[in-house]
Amino acid sequence: MVGWAIALHGGAGDIPIDLPEERRIPREIALRHCLDLGVSALKSGKPPLDVAELVVRELENHPDFNAGKGSVLTTQGTVEMEASIMEGKTKRCGAVSGLTTVVNPISLARLVMEKTPHIYLAFDAAEAFARAHGVETVDSSHFITPENVARLKQAKEFNRVQLDYTAPTPPKELENCGDSQIGTVGCVAVDSAGNLASATSTGGYVNKMVGRIGDTPVIGAGTYANHLCAVSATGKGEEIIRGTVARDVAALMDYKGLSLTEAAAYVVDQSVPRGSCGLVAVSAKGEVTMPFNTTGMFRACATEDGYSEIAIWPNN
Amino acid sequence: MGGWAIAVHGGAGVDPNLPAERQEEAKQLLTRCLNLGIVALRSNVSAIDVVELVIRELETDPLFNSGRGSALTEKGTVEMEASIMDGTKRRCGAVSGITTVKNPISLARLVMDKSPHSYLAFSGAEDFARKQGVEIVDNDYFVTDDNVGMLKLAKEANSILFDYRIPPMGCAGAAATDSPIQMNGLPISIYAPETVGCVVVDGEGRCAAGTSTGGLMNKMMGRIGDSPLIGAGTYASELCGVSCTGEGEAIIRATLARDVSAVMEYKGLNLQEAVDYVIKHRLDEGFAGLIAVSNKGEVVCGFNSNGMFRGCATEDGFMEVAIWE
Repeated sequence: MVGWAIALHGGAGDIPIDLPEERRIPREIALRHCLDLGVSALKSGKPPLDVAELVVRELENHPDFNAGKGSVLTTQGTVEMEASIMEGKTKRCGAVSGLTTVVNPISLARLVMEKTPHIYLAFDAAEAFARAHGVETVDSSHFITPENVARLKQAKEFNRVQLDYTAPTPPKELENCGDSQIGTVGCVAVDSAGNLASATSTGGYVNKMVGRIGDTPVIGAGTYANHLCAVSATGKGEEIIRGTVARDVAALMDYKGLSLTEAAAYVVDQSVPRGSCGLVAVSAKGEVTMPFNTTGMFRACATEDGYSEIAIWPNN
Repeated sequence: MGGWAIAVHGGAGVDPNLPAERQEEAKQLLTRCLNLGIVALRSNVSAIDVVELVIRELETDPLFNSGRGSALTEKGTVEMEASIMDGTKRRCGAVSGITTVKNPISLARLVMDKSPHSYLAFSGAEDFARKQGVEIVDNDYFVTDDNVGMLKLAKEANSILFDYRIPPMGCAGAAATDSPIQMNGLPISIYAPETVGCVVVDGEGRCAAGTSTGGLMNKMMGRIGDSPLIGAGTYASELCGVSCTGEGEAIIRATLARDVSAVMEYKGLNLQEAVDYVIKHRLDEGFAGLIAVSNKGEVVCGFNSNGMFRGCATEDGFMEVAIWE
């Protein structure tokens, strides 16, 4: 008899070990809160698809993670959000990109999955679809936080400095652009019947080109779920796309017979460069794993047998 | 084994009642494109360059559903997407929502080579195109009379389906020649994908792949299919290059292109076995096809749909252009 399991992340990247308390503690509290929400939902018998969605909604609403409110900004100072969701049993999926006013991108992705014959809608048309379905929208200024305005300024400065300096590395104070608001948010869940689901959402890459799409809405890159496992990845989108990260975890289990932990570790070690990626994954057997090859990854997980963990840096 | 190899496709899922002249036109276009690629390969042009130049030719010709001749959105406009991947370092580039760029595959290549990103879409992609100085045309350029007619039929088929909940036999204008074969849940005479693609392995054993399309006839604006999604419609690694076509949603769920390489990498299958495996086991109820080359100079086509417009050639002189099984 296997039990339920849930794992969630708030982004993997170069999270400095000396992250000030006022930046660390609110995020830890948020991770705890989201984990508790997800666990109660699973305990009350909610399907994993619903659980993954509700946890990601909560993370989107929290301004300290790079999704929904708190999304990083494009090079023009705007917000362009994207998300995807996938149900393991049926492999139904939904994805959205280029959202600017939809409060919860993950829910729009779910709507695309359930209310259209398509999988992926983007930009103006996705926004129009949201309105046509009465989905909650707000003025896009809602998503923009002062921290992210500052981050964008820093990133532009860093780019300018990179061009101006002949020295290979820029001054220390400009090195940590995008510090702890990197990556993405995501949640994977499995119930005791082995039903799996994955959901991922993001604002993307700070100072990204307008129209840039990352790994988050690309099924098989940032999100994947089938009958074996559910995976949500975070990190440098371009590397996660090339590495088809989320799909590869499941493919290694399927084609090479690796366990969830082995498959996830392999992908994070071998399929993507050092410092570019982390993921959370659960298996149909109720196992959970959260590997990353970056300095840190905001993460939390729990399993029915009572195990739970909330962490940022490696455990050792 | 070894040597170069190339394959091209013009879509999986062909109307069995397709008039003979149209079949002939298709075969001629596929042959012409193959020959273009062969000449380039014989002059040592790299795989990625060959993929791009062949797909440009397919986009420019109005016959298939890419570039000029693309399927129309529900509003009668064209929105194109494409992706390209270089197996050597698994570099990739993709674009969606393209409305004025004459050759989307070349824009995808520029995203790969000249931007810090892998995937650009809609107005951001169009802006990038202008900054790169690629050839820009009006959206009308891509619209053909054939497709305007098809859109009308598609809207009628949709409304019949919606109102009567019966299989779309005998929709207006197609009554005499309709077949019960469906693609994307709708009559194949209207919804045949005709996405285009090319895969190449060059004399150095480098693999590359590319795919380009106008998408689904009568699609919602902003709908993105499998063609620009790395791992779904296009994939290339050190071992192989793959381009898929067919029911977009089925291809995405199956991560079809990636899986060909994955079964070779993780199960040790050869190219033919890998293609057979994914077509048989990964598509569930969906219909699709793909072309693939391996770094050993092999070329394979596979499909579970009713036919696929395709052509392939290898350095040892083999050449074949076909539509049916």
